Amino acid sequence: MSEPLLRIERLALSLPQGADRLYAVDNVSYTLNPGEILCVVGESGSGKSMTANAVMGLLPQGVDVAQGRALFHGQDVLTLSEIEHRELRGRRIGMIFQEPMTALNPLMRVGEQIAEVFEAHGLLTPKARRERALELLEEVRLPDPQSALRAYPFELSGGQRQRVMIAMALALEPELLIADEPTTALDVTTQAQILHLVKDLQTRRGMAVMFITHDFGVVAEIADRVCVMRMGKIVEMGQAREVLEQPQHDYTRALIEAIPGDAVPPARAAGDIKPLLSVTQLDKVYRSSGGWFQPKREVVALDGIEFALGRGETLGIVGESGSGKSTLGRCIVGLNTPDRGEIRLNDVDLRALTGNELREHRQRIQMVFQDPYASLNPRIKVGMAIAQGPIANGVPKAKAMAQARELLDTVGLDASAAERFPHEFSGGQRQRIGIARALALDPQLIVADEAVSALDVSIQAQVLALLDRLKREFELSLLFITHDLRVAAQICDRLIVMQKGRIVEHGNARQIFLSPQHAYTRELLEAIPGRQNHDEAAPATAEAV
Amino acid sequence: MPYLSLILGRVGKAVIVLLAILVFNFFLIHAAPGDPAAVMAGEAGATDEQFLEDLRERFGLDQPLPVQLWRYMGGVLTLDFGYSYRQQMPVLDLILERLPATLMLTGAAFFISLSLGILAGTLAAMRVKRPSGSLIMGLSLLFYATPLYWVAMMAVLVFSVVLDWLPAYGYATVGAGYTGLAHAGDVALHLILPAVTLGLFFMAVYTRMTRTSMLSVSQQDFVKTARAKGLAPGVIQRRHILRNALLPIITLAGLQAGQMVGGAVLTETVFAWPGIGRLMYEALMQRDYNLLLGIFFFCALLVILFNMLTDVIYRLADPRIKQSAA
Repeated sequence: MSEPLLRIERLALSLPQGADRLYAVDNVSYTLNPGEILCVVGESGSGKSMTANAVMGLLPQGVDVAQGRALFHGQDVLTLSEIEHRELRGRRIGMIFQEPMTALNPLMRVGEQIAEVFEAHGLLTPKARRERALELLEEVRLPDPQSALRAYPFELSGGQRQRVMIAMALALEPELLIADEPTTALDVTTQAQILHLVKDLQTRRGMAVMFITHDFGVVAEIADRVCVMRMGKIVEMGQAREVLEQPQHDYTRALIEAIPGDAVPPARAAGDIKPLLSVTQLDKVYRSSGGWFQPKREVVALDGIEFALGRGETLGIVGESGSGKSTLGRCIVGLNTPDRGEIRLNDVDLRALTGNELREHRQRIQMVFQDPYASLNPRIKVGMAIAQGPIANGVPKAKAMAQARELLDTVGLDASAAERFPHEFSGGQRQRIGIARALALDPQLIVADEAVSALDVSIQAQVLALLDRLKREFELSLLFITHDLRVAAQICDRLIVMQKGRIVEHGNARQIFLSPQHAYTRELLEAIPGRQNHDEAAPATAEAV
Repeated sequence: MPYLSLILGRVGKAVIVLLAILVFNFFLIHAAPGDPAAVMAGEAGATDEQFLEDLRERFGLDQPLPVQLWRYMGGVLTLDFGYSYRQQMPVLDLILERLPATLMLTGAAFFISLSLGILAGTLAAMRVKRPSGSLIMGLSLLFYATPLYWVAMMAVLVFSVVLDWLPAYGYATVGAGYTGLAHAGDVALHLILPAVTLGLFFMAVYTRMTRTSMLSVSQQDFVKTARAKGLAPGVIQRRHILRNALLPIITLAGLQAGQMVGGAVLTETVFAWPGIGRLMYEALMQRDYNLLLGIFFFCALLVILFNMLTDVIYRLADPRIKQSAA
């Protein structure tokens, strides 16, 4: 076997004092061969990105190399001077990041930012740099590369920006590409395209790729070998096929099970047909008034939306960003005002109500938000955050606080949590607090807008189980808004698939998974990473409801 | 061409705001206690009631307020800001005569505070947690917290009285009769102390703001991208961090620029600088309503102009604004 391109030997990276553990990465060794794709898998805080950062010389402040070596072509890159390291970065090792929205300088044109890579290493003339930038944008298959060259990042979509990032990382034909969760922030169909692109470029150029991800679905799509990390240690390593089919470690097994790569929702008993919520002919158009240099713009967010939700039922609304699914949720809760249409709860049209009557009915619908970090006021103690709703509606403070403690217990947190501030909790715990807050007003309907999207997969599974349990316990209906079909498959009875403000498919969740009728639904399902092909099985298991 | 109509709309709004300010100022000034006729009569040594009546009639002060306002507005629309009875000159001439000196002073202060503030802030951000960085921040806190009039007096004491490097007051050396370059040099020398004094406060604000802004931008993802390209630290600081960090500074600079006419009253008084600020102070003391109103009008006009200019500059500096314009 040939000499590996990168050999990590007994690497340990120390965390600053006061962190939850001593080492971000503890005695880690692995190798990466030329032309190979290695997936480093782990949940947040597992230290999966730290090794890559060390190789790049981009460790965050306070994190230091405690022991070990990282040999790139036999040379230890951890001992390089800053100037030597700079020579390595961009030229021999390229890197792309998770957040395409923030990874590009918002004030510089895309072309300039790509040309900068050549400039950094003193290569080519300015004119040749621009030409190369154009070729690169063509190579990463950006539509209309000529105008993309002059575009500012905000004028491109998330997927397009990630293509620009890839073009930038590949500019100097590095031997190693480090991709740090490059598809996590993207829609499923875009994710599939980017994965395909990375794989394609890797084959064509014979690069090695270190692909850092939390998603075993992605591993199944792209990896040659896998390295699973937990709490800074490697728990399992091997050929991708072997690890996926016969995981040796419990943790790996748990991660793989948390993401059913070929998820099909189980058949569920048809819920109570009596509708709790019915929505008819809902329209919403966003209009931005023109600025100095911009004509007015209109975006149709909702276009003739109609559906009903039964008591005790979980309805999933699935769509990619821009499909209008969040607007729909916000309209139902009353955060946005639709232009037209009816929203009836218990057969009362909410849009016709005002003042106290509206308040009374609106209480019955509560919301759980996507970002557990941003949706809790950092200066208000958890107990108070939960009790505020009832207090505003006239419940005495002492009673509301007692109820808040009970609710914390119900969502699986200690009642003493009431006296602590949100920053003392992890993302999953905060989302539990968000759920307790929604329950405090004794709702009949909970709208969960991407409620688990920001969480690690294993935490995701726990929160989903909690929602499912509470739904039964409190006899709730659930409107579950998500971009992730795999998540929807785990919890939803029925599904609505939205695209560009319209409902393109609507039906029993299992049936939609097994025999999608609309082309867009099929596209979404096929884009799920790691999903097997179910077309043959579909007719046999499809059942009418 | 949609831009043109938008710009016209902006200008139209500005005119309405300006007129509203004019009316508001007019009533505000007349609500203040004091009678200009009494002040004038007092200075002339007359106490005769008939003399006061004559004065009031001559300057239209005996008319009801709405009539006075109507006449005044009519005048402003034809660029006639009335007559200063105290200075025996048309208000417009008085203001235009003093405006260059004030603009020179405030402009110099603006330039000094903005350039030195950004420079010091950048240095402080690059040397964070090092003694030199802390020193810059300590000094800026000192300037930020020290009252302007005290700085002015101390500057005069140190640089004029003790060291005798710079002239203590005035616009030019009286009776020196310099011409051409020599005159310009003389004025520049006189300008240093008041301009630095006036600029110190804003310089401290810019320093602190630039530093904070740069530190927060340096945490952003695109800075890591720039480092991953292999760019040199200097280029990253200048091209990626500083450029983004300057956006909030533009807003503040626009505010400072808007105060260019009215913001130097104290400094002009201490340094005997013959500008608008001192004119305003005198007009206030003498109940010179027409002059005061005229100065207020020019102050408001400048604030509005610089607001519009700031908007334009912001749009040039940040391409994203075009999309999300309200």
